[in-house]
Formats: sequence, structure tokens, C-alpha cells
Amino acid sequence: MKVTLHVWRQAGPAAPGRFVRYDMTDVSPDMSFLEMLDVLNQQLIARREEPIAFDHDCREGICGACGMVINGRPHGPQRATTACQLHMRTFPDGAELWIEPWRARAFPLIKDLVVDRGALDRIVQAGGFITVRTGSAPEANAIPVPKRDADLAMDAAACIGCGACVAACPNASAMLFVAAKVSHLGLLPQGQPERSTRVANLVAQMDAEGFGACTNHGECMAACPKEISIDFIARLNRDYIKAAISHEG
Amino acid sequence: MELRSKVPSGPLAEQWERHRAEIKLVNPANKLKHRIIVVGSGLAGASAAASLAELGYNVSCFCFQDSARRAHSIAAQGGINAAKNYQNDGDSVFRLFYDTVKGGDFRAREANVYRLAQISVNIIDQCVAQGVPFAREYGGLLANRSFGGVQVSRTFYARGQTGQQLLLGAYQALSRQIGLSKVTMYPRSEMLDLVVVDGRARGIIVRDLVSGRVSAHGGDAVVLATGGYSNVYYLSTNAKGCNVTAIWRAHKRGAAFANPCFTQIHPTCIPVTGHHQAKLTLMSESLRNDGRIWVPRRKGDTRSPNEIPDDERDYYLERLYPSYGNLAPRDIASRRAKEVCDEGRGVGPGGHGVYLDFRDAIARLGREVIAERYGNLFEMYQRITAENPFAAPMRIYPAPHYTMGGLWVDYNLMTTIDGLYAIGEANYSDHGANRLGASALMQGLADGYFILPYTIGDYLAQVKLDQLDTAHPAFRRTQAEVSDRVNKLVAAGGRKSVDAFHRELGRLLWDNCGMSRAAAGLQEARDRICVLREEFWRDVYVGGTGEDFNQTLEHAGRVADFLEFAELMCHDALHREESCGCHFREEYQTPEGEAKRDDARFGYVAAWEFAGVGVAPVLHREPLEFATVHPAQRSYT
Amino acid sequence: MTPPVAAHAPATPRLVRSLIGKKVIMAITGVILLLFVIAHLLGNLKVFQGAEHFNAYAEGLRTLGAPFFPRGSLLWVARVVLLVAVGAHIWAAIVVTRASWGARPVGYHALEAVETTYAARTMRWGGVIIVLYVIYHLLDFTFGRVNPSFVPGDVYHNVIASFRAWPVSAGYGVAMVVVGLHVYHGLWSAFQTLGLNRPPTVRWRRGVAGMVAGLITAGYIAIPVAVLAGVLR
Ligand SMILES: Cc1cc2nc3c(=O)[nH]c(=O)nc-3n(C[C@H](O)[C@H](O)[C@H](O)COP(=O)(O)OP(=O)(O)OC[C@H]3O[C@@H](n4cnc5c(N)ncnc54)[C@H](O)[C@@H]3O)c2cc1C
Ligand code: HEM
Ligand code: FES
Repeated sequence: MKVTLHVWRQAGPAAPGRFVRYDMTDVSPDMSFLEMLDVLNQQLIARREEPIAFDHDCREGICGACGMVINGRPHGPQRATTACQLHMRTFPDGAELWIEPWRARAFPLIKDLVVDRGALDRIVQAGGFITVRTGSAPEANAIPVPKRDADLAMDAAACIGCGACVAACPNASAMLFVAAKVSHLGLLPQGQPERSTRVANLVAQMDAEGFGACTNHGECMAACPKEISIDFIARLNRDYIKAAISHEG
Repeated sequence: MELRSKVPSGPLAEQWERHRAEIKLVNPANKLKHRIIVVGSGLAGASAAASLAELGYNVSCFCFQDSARRAHSIAAQGGINAAKNYQNDGDSVFRLFYDTVKGGDFRAREANVYRLAQISVNIIDQCVAQGVPFAREYGGLLANRSFGGVQVSRTFYARGQTGQQLLLGAYQALSRQIGLSKVTMYPRSEMLDLVVVDGRARGIIVRDLVSGRVSAHGGDAVVLATGGYSNVYYLSTNAKGCNVTAIWRAHKRGAAFANPCFTQIHPTCIPVTGHHQAKLTLMSESLRNDGRIWVPRRKGDTRSPNEIPDDERDYYLERLYPSYGNLAPRDIASRRAKEVCDEGRGVGPGGHGVYLDFRDAIARLGREVIAERYGNLFEMYQRITAENPFAAPMRIYPAPHYTMGGLWVDYNLMTTIDGLYAIGEANYSDHGANRLGASALMQGLADGYFILPYTIGDYLAQVKLDQLDTAHPAFRRTQAEVSDRVNKLVAAGGRKSVDAFHRELGRLLWDNCGMSRAAAGLQEARDRICVLREEFWRDVYVGGTGEDFNQTLEHAGRVADFLEFAELMCHDALHREESCGCHFREEYQTPEGEAKRDDARFGYVAAWEFAGVGVAPVLHREPLEFATVHPAQRSYT
Repeated sequence: MTPPVAAHAPATPRLVRSLIGKKVIMAITGVILLLFVIAHLLGNLKVFQGAEHFNAYAEGLRTLGAPFFPRGSLLWVARVVLLVAVGAHIWAAIVVTRASWGARPVGYHALEAVETTYAARTMRWGGVIIVLYVIYHLLDFTFGRVNPSFVPGDVYHNVIASFRAWPVSAGYGVAMVVVGLHVYHGLWSAFQTLGLNRPPTVRWRRGVAGMVAGLITAGYIAIPVAVLAGVLR
């Protein structure tokens, strides 16, 4: 099949960027989207042009490294699928595709389609954990966890930290990411002691990073390759309000 | 070079306990003065960095991905073993130990494996406390499943994302220490060399992958947790960035490389679809619990699988290994798949595939149960192949997956360079010639949480290290060498792409040093690797500059190292004139086609010392003594 | 390049400072306004009972709380509450909107809407339209400045007089559709913001929001329609 690509090219954070058009022929429908870009890059290298920079690693939809907006949809049009797992057969022959990086102030651009998502790491550093020293854990089965809670926690914990939620959000908000972490840990008995400080710290860091505010469009959930529900956002809000009300001082 | 395994004396079951009682401790105030470099943020690296920081050490941690959380451990699907015996099915520390030694075809050190089995139970406790959402029974207690090569249910799992959840647990512990400023994290940073001063590892040279800046980092000890090198085959189930660079550089600086030819080919991967293929996708081994593997009895049978009646199907694993059936260990399952395909009975495009069929399981358990167990794997399969496994059997084929070989380490996980440690997949320690499913996660976390944090103290407490800064000539020299090499790669104005070299190398190894090996092929491969390597430096084209985000340059550096390393791999495979575990030499097999070990001649760990690029490496042997388990021909029939 | 991580020690969750807190303020004030909108509608519908009832109701508002409270005092209390609510609602809306605009300095070539609704996307402009409408509304029925024949105290007359002009009715209708959309997304959004999503709630949140919004719009529009149709005169 044939496709026409318009790819955002930008040499560096300070350089001007623009869309560059590439016409590809002989694309196999069995190729993944990134394999298609690999092929394009090989052609560019052969022509002594700079290949397109894009993040990727596992190519299995789990590491969260890959991410680009394809025709206005983070990770492309297929539900619950990362860019690396998207296959060209999803597109009609002759498709015209616009490919852009995640756009958010909190994700400064590095090059072409590569952005710096360190903000998400710093949010976790601010409190997205259960404090437990190696060696101090009690016997695993000493803390039964109802299956329903464990399953729900797992639904939230499935987040791969790719940033598609931010990219998709009309407000560039990171609420779904934060909600997933707060819910994962907050749903488990082990997470209770730090529940209110955790949510307070995560939210403070989220705001400090310059993400926008959630206005409940639900675009994050639609873009999320792990289909994490915005019900978790409500849970985050609830936890946050509770923490704010119950906090002495 | 002298290999001193430092295995403590005394009965197997008491060795670790006794060792911990005897090793030296660093007093808390002194811990604050030490800086430890941890390269890698996978299960091994993240757990080690976090635990060391908790103890009070200052830690610098490096990874090449943009976030520590993306280390390749994230991709492990199936689960993690532990001898908890929650199922009351007769499991025990001893049984886990025994299974691992046997599964590894008696090429691992007993003492290490026993310790691993002992620690396995602590790992589960630790992870649960961190909030890892393992699967649970309705009563709220932990659930288990079984995995290839064993007859008990001891595998803990979190849906099909166990590695992800375990890594997030370790990553969160690491993040906490970063927040407390005990760990300085360097993402998008690639270690390109090791700095050795007076015979001790004292630092590393790192390239910042965004700015291209090459810099030196000093410390009192260096820990390599850089994962495996399956990508030497180009196509593997590993992430695209996985590489041998860190351990290869350490090898060139004096660390012995053990059993490099022990590479595992995983039986259940999605077959290659075309030349564009960039990597292979693993389908979790857990699928073999309910899926049945078969090929048509008749050669060149092109009927659709559902039209082939039962008596014209060959469930070859069930036929050959009645007691383990579809759960036969990986090496065996892979080799048998290759065999039936080589006979012309393979299915799918090119005949490189066998069926993994859920028809009977669906009939027995119902669609819901199967969907609950494997739903996300089925979806993944369908996404990639556009075929629905509920309707027609999956097609699978073996692919390179894990490397048992790695840097040689002693009982303390220290390499042959003082102060240089290797943990996780980067070392060779516990899996012998074949790793059992769900035991790599266990080993990475055992090393990182529970072993290294003790043993590194033993070293630091005993050595007297001079204050060093990176202006020291050794640092400057090594840094200059790294910069020169980077510049040389960028300047190479050849015609052939890095990718093309990598593919060619991969093909060469897959054909000659893959699932089965023979002397002639290995010799030829070794020669051709030399030629390819020379051609690489003469004719590669990288482009761009070194002072920029340049992914082709990253890849080029890794391929350059693979091209040196591959030769060692073939050399090792050639020297080991026996078949054991994943190392199957066609010349050495039983009449039934099983691997034929030669314990008398090869009952040792082959630790290679670097002697120069293109120069034959020097072999050192660590003899393996089996005081507890007696080596026998592995039998899974 | 990396801003430092926020304090590690227990931080006080500061509702007003955080963006979530601002959304909470919007939700609470929004619900107060919504209650007013509903009460106002119930009152307005008395117009169908005829001039006497309707005017009595208007008068009743002023004597609410009698004999304990002086005439008009509770109405003033209500007005103050409403004014504060409106002020806080708008203030929070502005802060939140600016944060969101600032969060994406470089826009997309295209960002496709998948999950969101028309209502959600028009909240901000909808709010501005509501403000403009409310100003007109006050000038029309409270201060009588733009009313064609304002008779203080005869509310029924004023309403009929105004709605007889079809452009006024049409504008009113549009405004009520905007209010309906705003309430639809607003109410659903408020459920989210206030964390009201316990299992039984989850399923009917959208439905309730839609129903409330629909009833409000239909109820308000019924009045000018009835006037134009000659049912009310
Ligand atoms: C698809 C798949 C499924 C698997 N499933 C299972 C399973 O179910 N159960 C099981 O037990 N095992 C499984 N394994 C094996 C297991 O996941 C790995 O062996 C294990 O996770 C390795 O962990 P590690 O910490 O040693 O290395 P990794 O997780 O690979 O981490 C390596 C780290 O080193 C860094 N690094 C590498 N090179 C450099 C360099 N030069 N400079 C700087 N940093 C560097 C990387 O950035 C990364 O942070 C699976 C493996 C694969 C590929
Ligand atoms: C009839 C009067 C009004 C009612 C009943 C009302 C109601 C609400 C409610 C319930 C919310 C939900 C809060 C949340 O997100 O949790 C809301 C949000 C909002 N309101 Fe209003 N509001 C009214 C007037 C206004 C006015 C006059 C403005 C602005 C100028 C405005 C602007 C907004 C904005 C921008 C939002 C946030 C949008 C979002 O969450 O998507 N509103 N409103
Ligand atoms: S490359 Fe890992 S998720 Fe896409």
C-alpha cells in the first residue's frame, strides 16, 4: 500500500519546526506503524538525510516509550493500542497521515517526535509509592486483599506512563496519570497509611509541572492504550478532597 | 586471572545465613561517604539502587531510556517464582532449587541457586508490601499458576503484566530515594566504558543521549545491571535498545565473560511476517498451560487448522514427553518446534510456525475462563496478526529471548574486577544452560534487593579506597578513548546502514549459533563475523553529529560491540563440545534427539578473558561440583 | 531543566491553591447556581397559573421568612449567596482556563475529539454567553431598562410584554439551550470533580445530568413559546 506522511521535523527545542511530506510506497499492511517509520528512516539514511527521531523500545505496548499523535489521535486511531502495536492495515491504501509529537508545556520537545516526559517521573518521586524498606515486609499472605480491590488496583496500575492522556487532553492535564497512581496504591490496604499525604504531594507536583486542569472531557481515557477509566479521576478528586478536609493544621 | 567463587563452607542450606553473619559491615556513618554507581534501572538495577540508598549509600543510577520505568523488565509477562508452597502441592525451597539446577542442565553453581530459592519467598513479601497487585483468590490471598518445566504451581503473577508491576514496585522505591536525593538518576544516559584504577572499578564513562556530551562519573563500586544481549540476533523478544555494550566494555577492561553461548530461544513467539520485521513478540509461556501445541501429521498440509481432524494432528510435545506434555522446558519445546518445521510440517507463511490451540481448553473451561486468563494476550496476538485465537489456533515460533551467559561473578556477585558487580540478566549466575520460566524476575530481584546490598558492604568495609576525582588520568584516558570512538563512528562515511550490518550479523548467528549448532557452521560464522566487523568500520554510514540526539549513532555503537562480542559467542559454542540446555550441538545428541551432556569434560563454567579484538580469548574454568543434586540426563518424558 | 520535586514531608493539601481545588469550588458554586436555576424555574412556571398567582409568588419571595425577617431580607441573603457563587465560579473558571491554555503553548495541527461532547467543549464560551444573557435578563425584568413596557411589581405583565417580541424570545431560547448544555456537562463534571462515583452512582451520572439539563431548558423555553403561541397573554 501507499501512504503519504506529514511528519513534524524539529532539530531541537529552540529550532523552528515544520511538517515535512514523505510519500511511501510498498508499505506492507502487516508492518507496525513504527516499522513503517523504520523503513522510511532507512530510506532517509540512504539519501543522506536525517532520520526521524522517535522514542521506542519494547515495541510490545508496555514500556510506554513510544508516542506520537497520528491524525489528531495519540497513538493513532485504534482503540487500546500504542503506536508500536498499531499496524498499517488499520489505514486505507493511500492514507494521508499527520504525525506530531506530544504537545504540552510540561513535555518540552527534544527533537522531531521526541519529548521529555520527566515530569511524570517527578510526580512519582513526589510520593507515588508505598514507603517500605527492603527487608521490612511482613509475610505476603498476612494482608488479604479482596479480589475486587486487587483487580481494580491492577486496572489502575496498568498505566504505562506514556503520556498519551496528557497529549489527548484539550487542557494538557495529567489527571489520569496521577489518578491511576493514587488509585492503584490507595485501593490496597498497604497504601492506606500514606494515602492522604500521597495524594497531596502528587497533586502539588502535578500543578508545579505546569499541566492543565481537568475539565472532564474524557479524551484521556479514549487515548489511553490501557483504557484506564476516568472513574479513577473521580476517585483521585475524592481522595484529595478528603485529605484536604481531614488534614489538621 | 583467578576464579574464586567464594562459596561459603558448610551445608548448602546454611551457607547464606552463615555468610551474612560473617561478612563485614560498613558502619552507618561511613555508608554516607560512599558513592555507588548502578548502571541499569530494570528489576535488578532499580531494586539494588533503592535498597543501597535505603542503607545510606549515595547512588548514581543510569539508564538509556527516558525513564527508569521503561527498562526492559517491564515487558515480562508471565510471572515470578517463589517457594511459598501456598498451593500445598509439595513445593519447598529445596524443590525450587532442584528444579532450577535441573532445568539449567547442571551448569549452574549449587550454592547460588539454593540461595536464590531461599530468597524467593522474601521477594514476594517485599513486592506485596510495595503494593504490587498480584492476582488473588476470592478469599483475598495470593493466587498461583504453573509454568514450563515444573510440576508445582509456584508462579505469582499480575495478569499478563508481572514484569511491569514488579518493575513499577522497584521503580517506585527508587523514585522515593530520588525524591530524598539519595539517588541521582541519569536517564537517557548510556554507559560506554568502565574506568579501572589500580585494578579496581572506580567509575564509568557515559554519553548523554540528548546532548551527546561524554562525561566521567566516579564511585567506590560499580554495579552493572544492564540486562541481556539477545539483540545480538537482531530479531529477538528484547526491547530494541537492549545491548551488550556495558558488559562487553567491562569484559574488555578485565571482567571474565561466562558461558556467552548460553542463549535461550523461547518457544512461544509470534512468527516473522516479513523483511520489515523489527522485533519479535513473545506470547507468554503461561499460554502453554491451556494451549496444545501441534502441527499436521502430513507434510505440506495446507488445510486451514480447523479442518484438520484430530487424528491427522501431531501433538508432538504430548507424544514425546507424556508427563510434561506442552509444559516441557523451553529449550526442548523450541528445538522440537524447529525440528517439525525443518521436516516441512510447519504452518503459516514460510512454514515457520506451529499451532498453539485453545480449542479443547475453551470447550472444557468455557470462553469466559480463557478470556479471563489470557484475554490481553489474545488481544495482543490479534492486534499483531489480525487473527482471532478464539476462532483459530495461534501460530507460534521460537525466538531469541534470554541470555543465561553474562559476566562471571562470585558468590558475592562480584566480577573478576574488584569493585565491579554484575546483577540480573547481565551476570551468568543462576540459570546454567537454560532458564526456567518465571525465574529471571526472581533472580533480578534477589540480586538487587537481598544479595548485593549485603555483599557490596563486605567489599567496601575491607578495601581502602583513595579519594579520586574524575580528573584522574585513568578517567581522562578512558573518556578520551570513548570520545574518539564516537567521533570515529560519526566520521565513518561508508555506504551501508547500521541496521543492515545488524541484520546481517543477526542472521549469521541465528543460522549458526541459534537453536542448534555444529562445528562447521560455528567456525564459518566466526570467520564471517570478523569480515563483517572489518567491513563495518570501513563501510558503515552513521550520519548526523555526536553532539546531538542521534539514534543512529546509539545503534551504531551497540552494533559495533555486538560485532566483537558475537565472535566470543561462537568461540564459546565451538569449544563446548557437548549439548546442554539451550546449547545444542548437533554432533552431541542421544538417539532420541535429546541433548547429550558431557559432565566429565564440560562440567564447568567457561569464563573467558579478553585478549584483544580478533584474538582468541583465554579460557578459565570454574569446575562445578554437585554435592546435593546428582547430575543426570534430564528427562521430561 | 528539572524543577525540584515538591516537598517530601506530609504536605497540606491546599484546596484553594491547587487546580483540583479550583474545580471543587466551581463544582460547589455551580451546584448552588444550579439549585437557583431549578428553584427559579419552578417559580417561573407559576406564570401558567395566571397573573395573580404569579405576581403573588414574586411578592412572596420578598416576604419570605416573615414575620421573623424583615421584608426582602432573605431575598437579599439569597442574592448575596448567588453573587458570591457567581463571582467565585467565574474567578475559578478564569484561573482554570488560563492554566489550561498555558499548558499547551504549541498547538496541534489537529487534535481529534473522540470522547468529549459538544457541551464539554463549549463550557467556556457558554459561560460567557450566560453572563451576557444574565445582564440582559436583569436589565429586562429586574431593572426594566430594556423592557418595552415595564410596570414595577407586575411581573406577569413585564414577562408577557418582553416575550411578545419574537427576537427577544428567540434570544432567550438560545440562551436556555446554552444553559442546558452548560448544566449537562457541568453537572456530570461536578460528579467527577466531587468524586461522586461510587459503584451505584457511576451508571446514572450522565443520564441524570442529561435529564436535569433537558428539563431546565424545556421548562424555561416553554414560557416564551406559550407567549408567542398566545397561550399566555
Ligand atoms: C518479552 C519478555 C518476557 C519475559 N517474561 C518473563 C517472565 O514472565 N518471567 C521471568 O522471570 N522473566 C521473564 N523475562 C526475562 C526477564 O524479564 C529479564 O531477564 C529481566 O527482566 C532482566 O532484568 P534486568 O534488570 O537484569 O535487566 P533489564 O530490565 O533489561 O534492564 C536493563 C537496564 O540497563 C540499562 N542499560 C542497558 N545498557 C546500558 C548502557 N550501556 N548504559 C546505561 N544503561 C544501560 C537499561 O536502560 C535498563 O535500565 C522476559 C523477558 C522478555 C524479553
Ligand atoms: C446558570 C448559571 C450556571 C450554572 C448553573 C453553572 C453550573 C456549573 C457547574 C455545575 C459546573 C461544573 C463544575 C465542575 O466541573 O465540577 C460548571 C462548570 C463551569 N462553568 Fe458554570 N455555571 C453557571 C454559570 C457559569 C458562568 C456565568 C460561567 C462563566 C463565565 C461559567 C463557566 C464555567 C466553566 C468554564 C466551567 C468549567 C468547565 C468544565 O468543567 O468543563 N459557568 N458550571
Ligand atoms: S515501544 Fe514500548 S510501548 Fe511502544
